[in-house]
Amino acid sequence: MSGVAEISQVEDSVRELLVDVLGVDAEQAAEMESDTPLFGALPELDSMAVAGLLTEMEDRLEIMIDDEDVDGELFETFGSLVEFTAGKLEEGA
Amino acid sequence: MRHLTYSWADRDEQLLTCGPDGAEQRILFVPPLFDEMNRVRRTLVEAMRILGDTGISSTLPDLPGCNESQAKLEDQSLEDWRDAITAAAKAIDATQTFSVRGGALIDDGPALPTIRLSPAKGKSLLNMLVRTRIVGDKEAGVTTTAEALRTEAENGSVELAGHNISALMWNGLETAEIPDGSDAALLKPADVDGSALWLRAEPQHDPAMAAGLAEMLAKGSAAS
Repeated sequence: MSGVAEISQVEDSVRELLVDVLGVDAEQAAEMESDTPLFGALPELDSMAVAGLLTEMEDRLEIMIDDEDVDGELFETFGSLVEFTAGKLEEGA
Repeated sequence: MRHLTYSWADRDEQLLTCGPDGAEQRILFVPPLFDEMNRVRRTLVEAMRILGDTGISSTLPDLPGCNESQAKLEDQSLEDWRDAITAAAKAIDATQTFSVRGGALIDDGPALPTIRLSPAKGKSLLNMLVRTRIVGDKEAGVTTTAEALRTEAENGSVELAGHNISALMWNGLETAEIPDGSDAALLKPADVDGSALWLRAEPQHDPAMAAGLAEMLAKGSAAS
């Protein structure tokens, strides 16, 4: 998973998740860039929301996430979440 | 809006009911489980009010161990909840059920026509509970594993996201599949002008979704 088109697809799925799961405003999600902070910056994102987001990611993207991966750091920025998701999709491919 | 009760395991549990006495259509709402119930309760109750205004009766029961119930959550299993829903359906002589998320795991006891909104697998609900605990602990600098939590449950009960879960509940969730309901109608949030309110960190109210739900349920009950 290195093509530009593929990464932008992953970005779109992650944006969709943030909107659907957290109720983030669609415009706000569209403006997110890889260094946009998430955890600690989005009031919607508490520990329960992190758990919900991961579980919904598994269901929608058909990936498996180990509990060891579950970490606030993963949600530090929009970019870190996209990178994690792309990695998981690649593992499953 | 009135409070009726149903009796289960020697206790009276609440049945929040809306709509005229003697209504021909009596819908039993089977609520989502754990935190998800709190997050959609307001929108569900609003849908019940709208249904009541159109002459349809609907009832939202407390599951034993939840909401106003005096029973302990750690004493409950999914089987208990299925039985409780069956008892609640009997108490109001329900003509159909409407289940939301994890409610679909326990809605098959009364064997009535059913509509399900975004049914959730037990395993997903359990993962969410376990992860909430793991992430919360991690923030506090404590490393917790799912195995350790499971062992704790087996030794009595384990607190997950504010809920005391017994080993029986843990195992039940781990293996629970949505019961076969080939005639169950499936709804997605988009079908009722809504969104996945049950996933929101802050409970939100969605009047459009309440109206959409009421409309869909009224249609469903008219067809049955």
